[in-house]
Parts: sequence; structure tokens; C-alpha cells
Amino acid sequence: MARAVTPRRKALNTAIAWIIGLLIFFPIIWVFVLSFKAEGDAIKAPLEVLSSPWTLESYSVVQERSDYFKHFWNSVILSVGSTFLGLLVAVPAAWAMAFVPGKRTKDILMWMLSTKMLPAVGVLYPIYLLFIQLGLLDSRLGLVVVLMLINLPIIIWMLYTYFREIPGEILEAARMDGATLRSEILYILTPMAVPGIASTLLLNVILAWNEAFWTLNLTAANASPLTAFIASYSSPEGLFYAKLSAASVMAIAPILIMGWFSQKQLVRGLTFGAVK
Amino acid sequence: MATQHSRSAARFMMAPAVILLLGWMLVPLVMTLFFSFKKYLPLRGDSMANGLEWVGFENYVRFISSSSFWPSISATLIIVGGVLLITVVFGIALALLLDQPMWGQGIVRILVIAPFFVMPTVSALLWKNMFMDPVNGFFAHMLKSVGMQPIEFLSQHSLLSIITIVSWQWLPFATLILLTATQSLDGEQLEAAEMDGASWPSRFIHIILPHLSRAITVVILIQTIFLLGIFAEIFVTTGGAFGTKTLTYLIYQRVLESQNVGLGSAGGVYAIILANIVAIFLMRIVGKNLDA
Repeated sequence: MARAVTPRRKALNTAIAWIIGLLIFFPIIWVFVLSFKAEGDAIKAPLEVLSSPWTLESYSVVQERSDYFKHFWNSVILSVGSTFLGLLVAVPAAWAMAFVPGKRTKDILMWMLSTKMLPAVGVLYPIYLLFIQLGLLDSRLGLVVVLMLINLPIIIWMLYTYFREIPGEILEAARMDGATLRSEILYILTPMAVPGIASTLLLNVILAWNEAFWTLNLTAANASPLTAFIASYSSPEGLFYAKLSAASVMAIAPILIMGWFSQKQLVRGLTFGAVK
Repeated sequence: MATQHSRSAARFMMAPAVILLLGWMLVPLVMTLFFSFKKYLPLRGDSMANGLEWVGFENYVRFISSSSFWPSISATLIIVGGVLLITVVFGIALALLLDQPMWGQGIVRILVIAPFFVMPTVSALLWKNMFMDPVNGFFAHMLKSVGMQPIEFLSQHSLLSIITIVSWQWLPFATLILLTATQSLDGEQLEAAEMDGASWPSRFIHIILPHLSRAITVVILIQTIFLLGIFAEIFVTTGGAFGTKTLTYLIYQRVLESQNVGLGSAGGVYAIILANIVAIFLMRIVGKNLDA
């Protein structure tokens, strides 16, 4: 829809858009600023906060006192582990549905999507009970499996929409030239599928990293990722703004950077191909 | 192209995913249904091993007739409705704005999208403490500096505060999807309408809005499904106090806090039915797209 406009109009657009953009982004900037302040300064009025000295103190305190890295590692293991496990199950399934579609393929896809609609709280106690019975409560293994299962429909759907874009003629041509199934998959399909798989991986790591229902309810001290670690700041003692800010910055920075790379995939992944 | 051989191979490749999802759906669902017809208070000695007492629909009746049921429904509707209204209206405005020619478009888009990637517990605590705190929060300082009384956002305007927090998280999602839809708008059609003397409001109502209608529907449906289940935002801010106990939170309290599993499970069944009503509409739209 981009059309030629006068420089004045463009300048006006730019000004309005930047102001709104910065307003929306401001809470993140503010947390970033507070994370570099001393506790006593972080609760002052905004202008005094800005003029107070900058320090890295909070970052070192958070790391020393609260095993920040344990929770960080839990987040990494949970998000990456559940995503890889999910891909392991989803790639063959999406592959089969995209390249060998049957009469019921569409129904299966829709049914898979419907499992995503199941409200988590509706099945909270059964899962909780099963976790106790199987000794999985507060274990990373249990959460990897749960996070994999809740994101599996999204993974399959995203992969399916990517795989469907790979033209079937190429496969037929390769087959005519005498390519075996193995070399077909290895040399033709895989290179074409890699970008789609990579985007799926990226988006699902983000979704799993930020998941905050199962991670809050199924973990305690051992397996809790950053979502639960941050939640422990909800009943704080004493001054804690700077420490909370430092912990928050460390928790969201990696995913914010990944998120910026996955803007486009976000639309595809979360609308199940309904908006392109 | 599909031979008998490749068919059975395909079935084999799909089997793990289908079996896992089937188990993930059926096992807990059947258990929830089972518990919902039982008296099950683990703290008072009820256990699966001793056998649970069958109580028929008593839990279902009690869940609805409890004094916190209707307030939880109204809190849920206000939060979901409020967030939808804010994110859709501002999402359309932002999408149209971001689609205009400007300098630094990519950076502005990044700024607008960022809140979506902030984990729910961080965004809830950030707003609760750094902004809405009546003593040290940003807003309190601003109000004090112009000589006004600080506001206790989360206790006095609890629902509005939750709506603000959740809208901040979901506005990027709505904007991004509506922006994607806006970009496929036919510029020539708009120009033609402009030359024919159509005013901006009439162009908006007759060309832009119809074009976006599908994306708007998708945004509403997907957000509704996620919003019905918001948990962390309430868990770390009010803990369900001050009238912010949504249906999800009420069920959570029944099941895990007061350990009344039968009652909570009946509530869970209600939540599942509610979510399915929304889901049916979403599935129709997605399903149509699959045929295309």
C-alpha cells in the first residue's frame, strides 16, 4: 500500500510512529535503566533516578544470592529440549501430511489444532496427580514433556504450512532421474525444508521460554525456570526494584533478541496459516 | 503419486504425533470428567486407593451456585472483553500507521512488537511494582509531581490494571497480524476511491475494514482462547483478590489451593466447554483456509 507521499507527510508519520513506538517500549527501557541503579536510587522519582549514579551491583547480587544461573539453565533446557523433542515427533508427521495427503489429513490437522484449545486449568489436577504418581513433580523431564505436548500442534501446523510450499514437481523430476527415496529426502527435500524447520524451532523456543502456567504449577525449587524464579519476587522483602529489574533484564533479553528475528514466523505460527 | 507403500509409510510417520496428542487429550480429560462426579478432598483423607464417593452432578451444581462463580464469570468477561477492545482498536490504528511510509519503519516495528516477547511473570511484576505501585511506582511519582494523590491501581482499579497489563502484552500480536493483512491491501483500489472523492472515513469503512475483517476475526478468536486462560498475570499481581478472580483462577484455587478436586474438576469441565465454543468458530475459519 506504500505510495509516494510528500516529505512533510512522511516526517509527520515518522514522528507519530516513533512517539507511539517509544511509549509502548518504554516499560522495557525503564526496567533496563533501573537495573543499573542502586536499590536506594531505584525507588526515587524518575528524574532523580536518571541523574543517580550507574552501577552493575544488582546484576552481581542477583547472580550471587539466588542461583540465577540454575533457573536460567532450567529455562534453556526446558525450552530447547521441548522444542527438539517436538520437532523429532512433528517433522515426520508434518512431512507425511504434506507430501502424502490422504482423505483424512485435513481432519487430523484440525483435530490436532483442537487439542491446543483445551484450557490448561481444566486438566490441571490430572496432570498434577500423574506427576506425583510418576515422581515427575519439580523435575525437568516432566516439564519438557508437557511443554512439548502443548506446543506440538503449533509445531506440526507450522511445519505443514512450510512443507506444503515445497513444489511436488521437483520431487517427481528427481524420481524420474532415478533418485532413491533416501537421496530424495537427503539432497532435495531437506535443504528446502531447513528454513521452515529453523523458523519453527525459533518460535517454539520463545513460546516454551515464556510459558507460565505449567512452569508455575508443576515446579518448586529444583526444576523452576525463569518464569517461576521471577514470580518469587511477587512477595518481596525490603528494597528490591533494582534486583528485580536486573533479573528481569537477564530473563527477557535473550528471548527479545530471538523474537525480533521471528516476527514473520509469529504470524504464521500463531494463526495456523489463517493469516498470511 | 501416493502408492500403497508410501501410504503406510506416511501412517507410520504420523503415528507418534497422533498417539501422543491423543493421550495428552484423552487421559487428563477422562480423569477430570471422572473426578468431577466424585467427592475428592485429598487433605481430608480421600484417595483413589480407598475409592471415591460418587456424588452425581453435585459438584456441577455447587460450582455454579457458589458465591464466587458469577463474579468470576463477570471478571473473566470484563478482562477478555476489555483486552479485545483495546488490542483490536489500537491494533488497527497501529497497523495502518506502521504501513505508511516513514523513516526507521523497521525499528519502530521492533519497538511495538517487543512486549509480546516479555515473559508474563516479568511483565506483570514490572507493571505492578515499577509502574503501578502507589508509593514508589512511576505513575505515583508522576502524580505526586503535579500535586495529585497517588492511585492504588491494583486494589482500587484492579480490573482496569489487569486489562492494561494484558493489553500491553497482546497489542503487539494484534498489530502484527493486522499489519500483515494491511500489507496485502490493494493500493490501486484505495487510490481510485480517493480520486473518486471518497473521504477517509468512507474509504476506511468500505475498503479497509472489509479487507481486514478476516484478520480481525482471527485476532479475536485466538486472543480469546489465550485470554480465557491467563494465569500468571493474576497470580503475581493480585492473587485473585480485589475482584480479579477469573474462572481460570477460581478453578486453580479450588483444585490446588483448597484441594477440592471434585469441585474444581466440575469447574474445569465448564471451562473446557466454554473454550470449545470459541474454538469451533476459529476452527471453521482455519478449516476454510486449508481448502484454499
